[in-house]
Amino acid sequence: MTEKKTTAKKKTAKKTEKQKFVPKIVAFACNWCSYAGADNAGVNRIQYSPHFRVIRTMCSGRVKPAFVLKAFEMGADGVLVSGCHFGDCHYIFGNYRAVELFEKTKKLVHLLGLEDERLRLEWVSAAEGIRWAELINEFVDQITRLGPSPLSENGKKS
Amino acid sequence: MMNIETIAKATHVNDCLECGKCTANCPISRFTDAYSPRLNVGRFIQGYAEELLQDERLWDCLTCGMCNVRCPADVKYTEFMKRIRLEAFQNGREATCSHGGAIQSLMRIMTSPTMNQNRLEWVPKEFTYSDKGELVYFVGCLPYFDAFFTDLEVNTLDTAKSVLKILNHLDITPVLLKNERCCGHDLLWSGDLENFKKLAKHNITEINKSGAKRVLFSCAEGYRTFKLDYPGYVDGFDIDVVHISEFMAEHISSNGLKLNRFDRRVTYQDPCRLGRHMNIYDPPREVMNSIPGLELVEMRKNRNTAVCCGTSAWMNCNLTSKQIQAYRLKSAKTTGADLLVTTCPKCYIHFKCAQKDENISDQIGIDIQDLTVLTASVL
Repeated sequence: MTEKKTTAKKKTAKKTEKQKFVPKIVAFACNWCSYAGADNAGVNRIQYSPHFRVIRTMCSGRVKPAFVLKAFEMGADGVLVSGCHFGDCHYIFGNYRAVELFEKTKKLVHLLGLEDERLRLEWVSAAEGIRWAELINEFVDQITRLGPSPLSENGKKS
Repeated sequence: MMNIETIAKATHVNDCLECGKCTANCPISRFTDAYSPRLNVGRFIQGYAEELLQDERLWDCLTCGMCNVRCPADVKYTEFMKRIRLEAFQNGREATCSHGGAIQSLMRIMTSPTMNQNRLEWVPKEFTYSDKGELVYFVGCLPYFDAFFTDLEVNTLDTAKSVLKILNHLDITPVLLKNERCCGHDLLWSGDLENFKKLAKHNITEINKSGAKRVLFSCAEGYRTFKLDYPGYVDGFDIDVVHISEFMAEHISSNGLKLNRFDRRVTYQDPCRLGRHMNIYDPPREVMNSIPGLELVEMRKNRNTAVCCGTSAWMNCNLTSKQIQAYRLKSAKTTGADLLVTTCPKCYIHFKCAQKDENISDQIGIDIQDLTVLTASVL
């Protein structure tokens, strides 16, 4: 009897877990534009989705495929790479390098069978706090629609 | 706490004569005096095993097996390294991963049971393959390497395409597995036994599902892992394993495979996994010798004394690795050959990477090709 009850409980727990899917998103933001943009959103007290973790890198060109793959390995449902607009890079060509690296990452993520929408490259300047908030909201919606990553713990259980 | 006695028994380290032949032949010791196989064995048997586990140099060993060949006391140093690394990994030690750990991440991601990879998109339309049949062609990491090493101009998928071309030419329709995983070779040699076993189990299930009786490899490492390590560490694998060079040599001797003219001077790099680990020296040479016009010249160090390509399991790639690669490429060039043939995608990638050094490009510049690519070009 007790066993049955516990399995029933577990099942309902699973269901609610599924209904309440909260995406885990890792956002790599460059020190000079995007991270400052995120700061700007905070300073302006813009209310937006909290389901992301920002990792500050010195430049978007520093975000190697290894970083993104590690995030997915550790169970991220989506990864955002963000840097300065073209021409605004603090290191002049860093964001061009970011594009090259991102292309490589995209191919690897595609091979692994993850949806292409789980990965995004965006440019956000230090003044674009509102845009950062909108971008995060949009990305969180997008990932919520996709559901948990097949590689994350949520995905493994279901 | 590690079981020192079991390791000693399995690897014969207590028989060490301290003659130092291992160190004298070790490609790492040749370029840096900070690493010595003899000292490592010495430390282990004199009661400093714990200290050895903490040593960063532990991960430098290429496990290329040159020391095994030369050892008069039959100490199995590569096996010793493998076992020590398994212990070290359990104690939280890890190697410095090259490429930021991207390839290790790929391997660990593949342990996930719920995967639906897009790994067969490279197959050209004119070739046929199926999902059930007698012979599985295990493509392995080639699609991932092809996407990852774009800046080195290595087209590792050419190898896979060539294998498919050769098989189709012989009227064989191989099975390509949609969800095969990495074979786990690199995780095993860097100490991560748990994830290695997971990968092995996934692969065995996938292969059993296809109903195959034989698995074909174009990669020396995958071949070794399936042939020696899968039966050793996981249950339920008793399928015949064959390397593409053996397979081609079989078909050449039965007159099934006839090759056209190829007028070039060629030299051959024995990959450590295929040569010293598996004792396959002749089949690749038979294939090359059956090509009319092709002149095969040997490097001074060949067969079981062949120098390794300088890095293994994507860890601790450093100056020493580059020196070993440059040394090997120089000796390939001095044979007068204009094409270096190998049978391991990693030798190919590592040598290509070393050739990026523009300062010595006149000394090490030589074309490199996989044996399958060469064969497919003269079908």
